[in-house]
Amino acid sequence: MSDLLPVVQSILYRMNKALGTGMKSTQRFLPSTPSFPCSWDRSCQCNSSSCLKVPSFCLVKIVDILEQFLREGGLSALMWEVCQQQAQAASPELQETLLNKVVCLPDHLSNKLQGENLPIFLPQNYFPLLGTEIIQVLQRISDSLRGGLDCSISFVSQVLGKVCVHGRRKEILSTLVPCLTDLTKSDCIWQRMCWRLVECVPDRWMEAVVCGFVQTAPGADVLSRLLGNLVVKNKKAQFVVTQKLLLLQYSCPTAMLQNLLGYLALDNSRRFLLIKVLQELMETWASSSAVKHSPVEQQLYISKAILICLSHLKDVEIDSHRQELFTCMMEGMKCHLDSNLPRIRCLGMIVAESISSRINTDGPILKFQYEEDDETRELKSLLTQMLSPPSVISPPDEGKDSPSAVTEAELKPGRKPLAAACAVSEEGSDSELDSDDDFIPYDMSADKELKKTKAPLYIRDCIEVLTGPEDMDKWEATMRVLETLIQRNTAATQEVSVELAKVLLHLEEKTYIDDFVELRQKALVTVTITDPIPVAQYLTSQFYSMNYSLRQRMDILDVLALAAQELSRPKAPGKNKPSSIQTPCIQILPGSDSSKDWRKIVDERIKSKTRRFAKGQSQVELVCAPNKFSSVAGHFFFPLIQNFDRPLVTFDLLGDDHFVLGRLAHTLAILLYFAVNTVVAAAMGKALLEFVWALRFHTDSYVRQGLLSCISSTLLSVPSDRLLEDVTEELVETQAWLADVAEKDPDGDCRRLALQNLLLMENLKKKLETAPS
Amino acid sequence: MTKQLVERKMMTAFMSSPGFSVCSLFECSYFWMIAAMALPPPDPEFVLRGTAAPVHTLHFSCRGQEPEFPILFSGSANGLVQIWNLKTHRVDKTMDGHGGKSVYWVETIHGRDGLLSQGRDQKICLWDLAEGRNVVTDSISVDSVGFCRCSLLKVAQDRWLIAMPANDPDEVQVLELPSKTSVCTLKPEAGAKLGMPMCLKLWQPGFGACPFLMAGYEDGSVILWNLSMGKMLSRLACHQEPVMSLDFDSEKAKGVSGSSEKVLSVWSLDEQQNLKVHKTHELINSGISDVTIRQDRKILATAGWDYRIRIFGWKKVKPLAVLDYHTATVHCVAFSDHSRPSERLLAAGSNDQRISIWSLYNRT
Repeated sequence: MSDLLPVVQSILYRMNKALGTGMKSTQRFLPSTPSFPCSWDRSCQCNSSSCLKVPSFCLVKIVDILEQFLREGGLSALMWEVCQQQAQAASPELQETLLNKVVCLPDHLSNKLQGENLPIFLPQNYFPLLGTEIIQVLQRISDSLRGGLDCSISFVSQVLGKVCVHGRRKEILSTLVPCLTDLTKSDCIWQRMCWRLVECVPDRWMEAVVCGFVQTAPGADVLSRLLGNLVVKNKKAQFVVTQKLLLLQYSCPTAMLQNLLGYLALDNSRRFLLIKVLQELMETWASSSAVKHSPVEQQLYISKAILICLSHLKDVEIDSHRQELFTCMMEGMKCHLDSNLPRIRCLGMIVAESISSRINTDGPILKFQYEEDDETRELKSLLTQMLSPPSVISPPDEGKDSPSAVTEAELKPGRKPLAAACAVSEEGSDSELDSDDDFIPYDMSADKELKKTKAPLYIRDCIEVLTGPEDMDKWEATMRVLETLIQRNTAATQEVSVELAKVLLHLEEKTYIDDFVELRQKALVTVTITDPIPVAQYLTSQFYSMNYSLRQRMDILDVLALAAQELSRPKAPGKNKPSSIQTPCIQILPGSDSSKDWRKIVDERIKSKTRRFAKGQSQVELVCAPNKFSSVAGHFFFPLIQNFDRPLVTFDLLGDDHFVLGRLAHTLAILLYFAVNTVVAAAMGKALLEFVWALRFHTDSYVRQGLLSCISSTLLSVPSDRLLEDVTEELVETQAWLADVAEKDPDGDCRRLALQNLLLMENLKKKLETAPS
Repeated sequence: MTKQLVERKMMTAFMSSPGFSVCSLFECSYFWMIAAMALPPPDPEFVLRGTAAPVHTLHFSCRGQEPEFPILFSGSANGLVQIWNLKTHRVDKTMDGHGGKSVYWVETIHGRDGLLSQGRDQKICLWDLAEGRNVVTDSISVDSVGFCRCSLLKVAQDRWLIAMPANDPDEVQVLELPSKTSVCTLKPEAGAKLGMPMCLKLWQPGFGACPFLMAGYEDGSVILWNLSMGKMLSRLACHQEPVMSLDFDSEKAKGVSGSSEKVLSVWSLDEQQNLKVHKTHELINSGISDVTIRQDRKILATAGWDYRIRIFGWKKVKPLAVLDYHTATVHCVAFSDHSRPSERLLAAGSNDQRISIWSLYNRT
């Protein structure tokens, strides 16, 4: 074996030559290789000029030799040789070169051979091979260690590090990690070697190697076996594990996080790091600036990490850090609940709940109300699953486990219809047997509980009931009948419209009426439609006045937006009835009022299936009606946009109440959108652009989203020539801002909206260019 | 629940059809949609107005041959018994025999030549209606002051049994008509605490067989009496509240009872003559004042305190329709005895002084 090195050197030399990569350093070793065949070399050099075009004889020969070399385990022999030499302090240049050659072999060969490359040299084959060769070398090293001989592992570490940093960590570790997992299971020499292998990786490659191990290790205990106390010994690794993977990025899947934190928790000498990590995570979680400025995904990531950390903490550790955790929890909860994004609020609630359940073992714990979905369930499961440790005990299956779980989950819905079909057939055959019971039932949806009280018949009676003493049944009957009453008696409503709007706006929520909020909103919208100008004036003035709750202010905005939608919708001239505010589309499901318009639906379906052979417009008869919103749009819009910068004692749009500001921005956008094709749109657009300009650097992403939709509706609703004439400068400024947002905004939705706006602008530009000037 | 059934049926039909494919599944959804959207409940066939008082009882007589027309007897709170011509929808005759006290049970006897009417004046009148007459020929005085309606059963040619509350508050008396001789008095054992009888139904397993009586009591129990021995055979406590009305299907040995609760109770009689609860059906609103099974034993109707008439399939007590027309408590429901099934009608009388006539599920 000792004479292999010269051969390899020669191979490398020839490789160098043939591949045309002038590596001077290897040439230096040539004189010390006596067995080198000169004639071969010469013939090779003769052909080297033609090598570039067609694989010459020489090149083919060399590739053959290389292939053979690889197949016969040459790499392991080579590395073993270096390892042995290293123990006797060999020259660093040679090692460097060899390292380069070994790691970059696939690159060199594919550069040289282009399409003629052999499969063994492809990276996806070469690096797994290299992995198994490394195992071979390690085997030999372990043998020699058992034999009492000293050996250096650092070359292997370097190979590993360099491969990893070259982006091939998945290929090499996918073979290396399972082998090492097996070998280290019960052998302490192997464990030591493995630790040493990772420790010897130079600092500049450490990150890639550690990440690779964290990613590929099937469980925290395996990771702990493979890495040992690396994080304690190596500063770089510590930085990667405690900072980089947790705080500086957020791309790792949950399993990887569990590996990582589980690894920190498994050994007592590393637990201080776990606590440190938790402290840092909590600090980030509780920082209001981080909540405001970092993307939701990152916050989710940090929340997950916190929950996993919590699940690993022991009660003693929690005891000693209780006060700290409590302070952080309070702070973080405050800034999370302050956020306008429901997802962030929800994250805050879950994390706060979890922390409080861990730190208050006997006292009362926090409990929030939020909607359960997959995300919340996943988060909650993170906290509980580690408290029962066995989940890490069977790691090798974990990788396979998750896909099978997925397939099972996918199968389930598939299976369901089948089962349902079975049930159907049983049921069906059963009911077919007794044909005399085969009566088709009529619609029984109207069969509701009988209400004893009579609903009022006049609008004024309604007002009297709603302002009078509270009587549950009476109130409910009134609320239910109000909308139709208003629609029926337009004239009567107009006499009392503002008074009615006032009463409705000030109604407290009644929990005993199921859909009270909806009923009240419908009634308010109908009043607004019936008598738009006075009611809109009243509502917009109330939006900026004292002594309203945020809820009421937002109700005002909603009502204005819905009323604008109704007013701008073309209606059949005869029918003055807004069909349904909440459901503009036809409901196919047997819903609340399906029984009444089933014929309509059937007719429509028949119409859609019938092919007509008529020409022209006979098919679509668009209902023409004046846009009722046109004449009143200004009354809806301008009072709302006027006073946003004047804080009241109880209401500060630019300060704490930014949620309402976001809603206001969205509502303004909606109002302008419905004012399309009206005269006032241009003025509205100009005002809106100014509004946006004033608020463009708002810290809250919900507000920014609203502003971006304001711009969208400006671009969509204001005629393009008016845009260019009136607001050219604003547009140019806005475009610059949009480009900035599209690039830098932390919120994904904002970036997307900004891009859409830019696209709209681009379209506008194109339209202007194509239009004859 | 019923919508699902229809959907399921459609589904099986499609699954089993030979050309079943994805495409037909799509088509299926169209049918499905129509099927799922059940028809709106029907309106009354016609409405009879003019009783001028709440209607408490109704009885059809429609079997007559051609020159005779179908008629409906109604008894109302002002003590009048009216005969409605169902061809002209007018009152043919108004008969006053109860001194202005409410009439709450009428039944024909001798075809339509005779009529029994029970009133709150504690009298049962026998009317002679033959050849255009309308005179009270006989009367039985009832000692009870309750609301219990009588029950009539024809046991032989020109021989009837009538069950009615007796003068002891918890007793039922059975008389033979026309002789008015007492057949038996049904007295519950001491300490049974049944309260007053609330509704009665005489029946016999086959013509000429020994007659039985089903009686619903104030404490919510239904009792089966053997008339020949005058003995209680079975007692079933199927309600918490007084039993307001019951009907029994002797062929299927199954009966139904309604009370002032929200429950319709269906019970059956096994071979050992024990009553057992077969099924209970929860209603939306409480209170059933009358329940009647149609003569062909396919559907049953209930009169609700919630102003609504409910129709159920008799076999499975499957809800079929909720008829919402009246504006006050419905007191009684009756099915007509038309010989042709397609002409069969349902009548309901209500506190709003109207009688609504419906035509439902009479296609065979």
